[in-house]
Amino acid sequence: MAVKELLDRYTRMEKLPHIWCPGCGHGIILGSVLRAIQRQNLEPDKTTIVSGIGCSSRAPGYMKFDTLHTTHGRALAFATGVKLARPELNVIVLSGDGDCAAIGGNHLIHAARRNINLTTVVFNNSIYGMTSGQYSPLTPHKRFATTAPYGNVDHPFDLCQLVIAAGATYVARGTAYHTQMLIDLIAKGIERKGFSFIEVVTQCPTYYGRKNKLGSAIDMLNWQKEHGVPVKAAAKLPPEKMEGKFVIGELHCTQRPEYVEEYQRIIDRMERE
Amino acid sequence: MGTGKKVRIDVNTDWCKGCGICIAFCPKKVFDPLPDNKPKVARPEDCIECMLCELRCPDLAINVGGGSDGRK
Amino acid sequence: MGENERQAVLMSGNEACVEGALLAGINFFAGYPITPSTEIAEGLAERLPRHGGKFIQMEDEIASMAAVVGASLAGAKAMTATSGPGFSLKQENIGFAAMAEVPCVVVNVQRYGPSTGLPTSPAQGDIMQARWGTHGDHPMIALMPASVQESLTLTIEAFNLAEKFRTPVILLLDEVVGHMREGIVPPRKEEIMIKKRKKPTAPPEEYLPYRAEPDGVPPMANFGDGYRFHVTGLVHDETGFPRGRGSDGDYLVRRLTNKVKNHFVPMVEEYLTEDAEIAVVACGSVARSAKRAVNLGREQGIKVGLVRPISIWPFPEKAIKDLAGKVRAIVVPEMNLGQVALEVERCACGKAVVYRLNRIDAELITPDEILAKIQEVK
Repeated sequence: MAVKELLDRYTRMEKLPHIWCPGCGHGIILGSVLRAIQRQNLEPDKTTIVSGIGCSSRAPGYMKFDTLHTTHGRALAFATGVKLARPELNVIVLSGDGDCAAIGGNHLIHAARRNINLTTVVFNNSIYGMTSGQYSPLTPHKRFATTAPYGNVDHPFDLCQLVIAAGATYVARGTAYHTQMLIDLIAKGIERKGFSFIEVVTQCPTYYGRKNKLGSAIDMLNWQKEHGVPVKAAAKLPPEKMEGKFVIGELHCTQRPEYVEEYQRIIDRMERE
Repeated sequence: MGTGKKVRIDVNTDWCKGCGICIAFCPKKVFDPLPDNKPKVARPEDCIECMLCELRCPDLAINVGGGSDGRK
Repeated sequence: MGENERQAVLMSGNEACVEGALLAGINFFAGYPITPSTEIAEGLAERLPRHGGKFIQMEDEIASMAAVVGASLAGAKAMTATSGPGFSLKQENIGFAAMAEVPCVVVNVQRYGPSTGLPTSPAQGDIMQARWGTHGDHPMIALMPASVQESLTLTIEAFNLAEKFRTPVILLLDEVVGHMREGIVPPRKEEIMIKKRKKPTAPPEEYLPYRAEPDGVPPMANFGDGYRFHVTGLVHDETGFPRGRGSDGDYLVRRLTNKVKNHFVPMVEEYLTEDAEIAVVACGSVARSAKRAVNLGREQGIKVGLVRPISIWPFPEKAIKDLAGKVRAIVVPEMNLGQVALEVERCACGKAVVYRLNRIDAELITPDEILAKIQEVK
């Protein structure tokens, strides 16, 4: 599937080149989301992309759909309104690690708890990039940031486990490096009915990379390659072998009634009475 | 060796920001870096159309295989 | 009962707000429990699904406001209801709705503040917050019902104004108006004028989501109609996209404020002001006591009248300017330390002396107190 097709059908080409830094992983994730949409053959007129505030959240501006760039942390709450009011729309939420897990954390766990049919992709580059380099709830312990000049005291969430515990029915983690897998994970998230959540480990060479001396975008992609362990492989490894590594692939996939459909059943019941 | 035939690879140098990802990760080393680190399609005959350069280009600037003629 | 003598119904202001919303064609409500507005959420939780509409209790007031904006962008007539603390939490997303021109209704049943205050006690302390609660220059329409009947009719009006101006409209009740019960005669559906947002006439490829018509309001497509447009809280040009240019901001913010300032028709009730030498300016539940005080004053031969702003924002400047040119003194009774009074003083420009009558002990201002003030200043 040549990129030309992707650009013609799904991209606001007149808005490119995008604003992200050279080597930033967000462009790779944008491409993966578009390719997943292409694979699921979503009807563009019936697809809404919602984002919050941050580097990641500029993505909808480049995507040729109904796009909604909301307030910081609130994308999922806005998206809930869009989806509940007009259920036939495919609603995809693009958010960053700060946007989604810090200020947006409350909306994240409740959207998961409701199992409302939204597909959420979190661009996790372990930093607030737009505001140039503060640590986020997903920044690893001891890492540096402009607001963690002596090493991060905090410990990060395992966001996927948090969202699984909150009730999401499809949870996966991908990386910018494992791009083919990432497209598969997002496509499946779109396909599944219910709250689908895909965390994407990605690189911010400009701030997180530089602040922590992790080298170039290429070095950071190689780090993802060496530290992202597919689910099946990870299951075979003893815990000490997983030290400093993270699991990638489909982490959770189950069935639960979907929120909007359950509410519609009440409406249908009212009409029958 | 590649497929032997010359695969058409287009690089949109307006959008490309010279991050070097395509050059670094092409399994067949098809690209060489230009002075501004943007990719030069040096050895298209070695291209095996794995599409990784397209998929990993953060700028959506690489198109492998010519037009949108439905190639895989 | 004759066909046209319709049955009066006993209900509270909050319940009347629900009836008004349903008559206005509401099909989406998102809210969060908070005294003294919860009955609005409860009423719509029960009634909306019967009309094929959607109700959702969100995780907090911020999320409720966000969901309302999202629903409206998808084409719904959407409303939320809250009280002081929740109204404070909603401000950022109210600002988003003003900036992105998203029609919606926000009911604030005022309670005694600040902070947790006295949750079950009335106050009028959120008047300035209704105007300036969210940051930056922005338009704001706010209506203040003074009866259960008006709680119904002004809810309909709020929806119509939101759709007409593509902006959030605040409905400012207070705990008394919200919880007191009165017999009212709900209008029949066919008697009501329902306003719907202007639809675009241009085809999708030519649609400029933020190109305004002469009235300053751009036609509005809904998500899912095939227009594929962009909505953002960033300063944007008429294509809807941000360019980071101050000139876009200058144009946009002036258009947003002017579309309301230049086209909004103030709603004011004037009572016995023709020959008045003294006037009382009062809103909401306090206006009820004020009217009684005016009647008592008239019985004592005092030429006193009442001016009651129904639309508090934009503030009815002309009505107060003219009044100040006619009367010697203006008494402004409020259940706060003086907020409407600030606007009255501003518009009176010293042409009439403005006397404040403020009560913040969670009790209503009585007619006798207002009468005493009138006697004092005559």
